[in-house]
Amino acid sequence: MLKKKSFKGILMLSMIAVLVFAAACGNNANGGNTNTGTATNAPTNNAATNDPAEEEVKLSGEIKVDGSSTVFPLTEAAAEEFNKEHPDVRVPVGVSGTGGGFKQFCAGEIAIADASRPIKDEEATACKDAGVEYTELTVAFDGLSVVVSKDNDFIDHLTVEELNKIFVTGSTVATWKDVRDTFPAEPIVMFSPGADSGTYDYFNEAILDKAGIRNDKAISFSEDDNALVQGVSGSKFGIGYFGFAYYEENQDKLKVVPVDGGTGAITPSNETIKDGTYAPLSRPLLIYVNNKELERPEVKEFAKYYINNIGALAGEVGYVALPDEQYAAEAAKIQ
Amino acid sequence: MNIFQDANRKQIADRRRTDWLLHILFVVATSIGVIALCALIIDILIDGISRLQPDLFTNFPSRKADGSGMKSALVGTIYMLLIMAPVSFIFGVGAAIYLEEYAKKGRFTRLIQLNISTLAGVPSIVYGILGLALFVRLLALDRSLIAGALTMTLLVLPIIIVSAQEAIRAVPKSRRDASFALGATKWQTVSRSVMPSALPGVLTGVILAMSRAIGETAPLVMIGALTYVAFLPNGITDSFTVIPIQVYNWLSKPQLEFKELAASGIIVLLVLLLLMNFSAILLRNKYQKNV
Repeated sequence: MLKKKSFKGILMLSMIAVLVFAAACGNNANGGNTNTGTATNAPTNNAATNDPAEEEVKLSGEIKVDGSSTVFPLTEAAAEEFNKEHPDVRVPVGVSGTGGGFKQFCAGEIAIADASRPIKDEEATACKDAGVEYTELTVAFDGLSVVVSKDNDFIDHLTVEELNKIFVTGSTVATWKDVRDTFPAEPIVMFSPGADSGTYDYFNEAILDKAGIRNDKAISFSEDDNALVQGVSGSKFGIGYFGFAYYEENQDKLKVVPVDGGTGAITPSNETIKDGTYAPLSRPLLIYVNNKELERPEVKEFAKYYINNIGALAGEVGYVALPDEQYAAEAAKIQ
Repeated sequence: MNIFQDANRKQIADRRRTDWLLHILFVVATSIGVIALCALIIDILIDGISRLQPDLFTNFPSRKADGSGMKSALVGTIYMLLIMAPVSFIFGVGAAIYLEEYAKKGRFTRLIQLNISTLAGVPSIVYGILGLALFVRLLALDRSLIAGALTMTLLVLPIIIVSAQEAIRAVPKSRRDASFALGATKWQTVSRSVMPSALPGVLTGVILAMSRAIGETAPLVMIGALTYVAFLPNGITDSFTVIPIQVYNWLSKPQLEFKELAASGIIVLLVLLLLMNFSAILLRNKYQKNV
C-alpha cells in the first residue's frame, strides 16, 4: 500500500507543479502585457495634453539588447545606471557578437544592437528587406595600444607594415633586427590576446589584413589581459597589444609604441583616439536602435540616457569618450 | 621435492608482487579523480570564499565587482529546474514505462531504443541548436525561460529514459506475474507493483539528470540566455540567465575582483549540485526501505 501511495504521490505532485506553473505564468504574462500597455498609453496622453511633467511618467517594459561583446560593458553600465532611475524597465543584454546581434536585430527580435563595427551592406539589405529601419549612434571609441617593456630603449615607433611583419601568420621574423636594421639582433617575445577576443579580431583586421596571427613558439596567447601585461613588462624584448585602457592602468610598467599608419607616428592618448588621428588602431563603437522600437517611450528614454551619460561611464569601463559636441550630434538624431 | 617447493614459493611471491602492484595502480587510478576534485574545490574556495556574502545572493549583477551579485542567475537556475523537473519526469518516465511494459518488442522498439541511446550521447550544443530552431524560432517562444527549460528537458530526456528503463527492468518478472495472477490490469500492475519498486532508481536517475542540466551552459548560450539580466523573471515567457552563464560572464571581465566573484559563483553551483545529489541518495534510501 505504502509503495503505491508514494508513486502516485510523486506523479500527482509533479502534475500539480506543472499546473501551478502554467497558471502562475499565465497570470504573469497578462500582467506583463497590461504593463507595457499602460506604458505606451501614458506618454501619448501626456503629449496630447502637453503635460510638462514627462519625467514623472513611470516607464516600464522590456528593451532587448544583443550584439558585440566589446560594446557589452558600455551597454551594461548604461543599463545599470538607467535602472536606478527607471527600476521597472528591464534591459536584458546579450553577447552574441556583432554579426549575431545584427541577425536578430534585422529579424526584429531585439530593440538595440551593440556593434563594434558599422553595419555591413548585406546586413543593411537584410534589415531593409525585413522592413527594419534603424538609427545608428556612435557611443565611444576603443583604442588598441601596442606596448613593449619599460626597459626597451631602441623602439621609438613602429609602422603598420612592421607590425604586420612581426605578427602576421607565417612570419619569419625571429629577432628585432629582422624588423628594422637598426634594432638589436635579439629574439622577439610576442604576446597576444586569444583568438576568441574582439581585441584580436580588431588587430587582425586593422593590422594583419585578416590574414590571421602567427602561431609558433615565439608567441604566447592569453585571454587574461593581466597575463599579457605581466608578460610584456617582464621581458625586455617583448611586445604585445591590448585595449588602450589597459595600458593606461599599467603605465608604470609598460612603454607604449607610437604607431605610424602612413601619416607619421602617433602616440595613443585620449586626444588622438578621440580625433581619429591614431589610425588605424582606433575605432568607434556603435549601437543601432530599431526606429519602430524607438517610438516606445522607454526605448527612447533609454537611448537618450545612453548617449547623455555614456561619456562619463566610458572611461570607467575602459573606453574613450567622444567629444561633447559629437554626443550632442548623436543625441539630436533621436530627438 | 626441495626444488619443486622453491619454485612454488617463487611463483607465489611473483603473484603477490603482481597483486600488490596492481593494487597500487588501482589506488592511483581512483585517487586521480579525487585529488583533481579536491584541488579544484580548494582552489575555488581560496579564490571565492571572501565573496561568499549575502550581497552575492541579494544583488543583481553590476559592472562594479563590489556589490555585484547573482540573484537573477540563481533564481533563473531554480525556476528552470522547477519547470524542467516535472516536465522531464512525466515524459521521461512515461516513455520508459511504455518501452518496458507496453511496447511489443520488435524492430520498431529496437529502433527507438537505438535512437534514445544515441541521443544520450549527443553533444549538448546540438540540443542548443535544436532548441533555437524549434522553441525560439518556430514556436516563437523567444529567448524565454520556457524555451530554455524545454531545451534542457530535451537534453536530459534520453538520460532519464535510459536510467528509468534500467530501473524498471530490474524489477523481477515474478512481481508482475503475481499482480497479473490477481487479475490486475496492465496499469494497475505498473502503478502498484512495478513502479513502487523501481522508483528509487528512477528518482536517482531524474535527479542526476537535473544536476547535469544546471551545469550546462552551451545549449543556453545557443538559444541566447542573456548575459546581463538585472531583474527576476515574472513568468515563463521572460528573459532569464543562469549561474553558469553568469560565471562565464564574470570570468571574461578583465578586473581581478570578478575572478573572485566567478569562483564564489562556482561554489554556489557546486553546493547546489551536492544538495541535489544528496537528496537523490536520501530519496533512494527512503523508498528502498519501503520495498
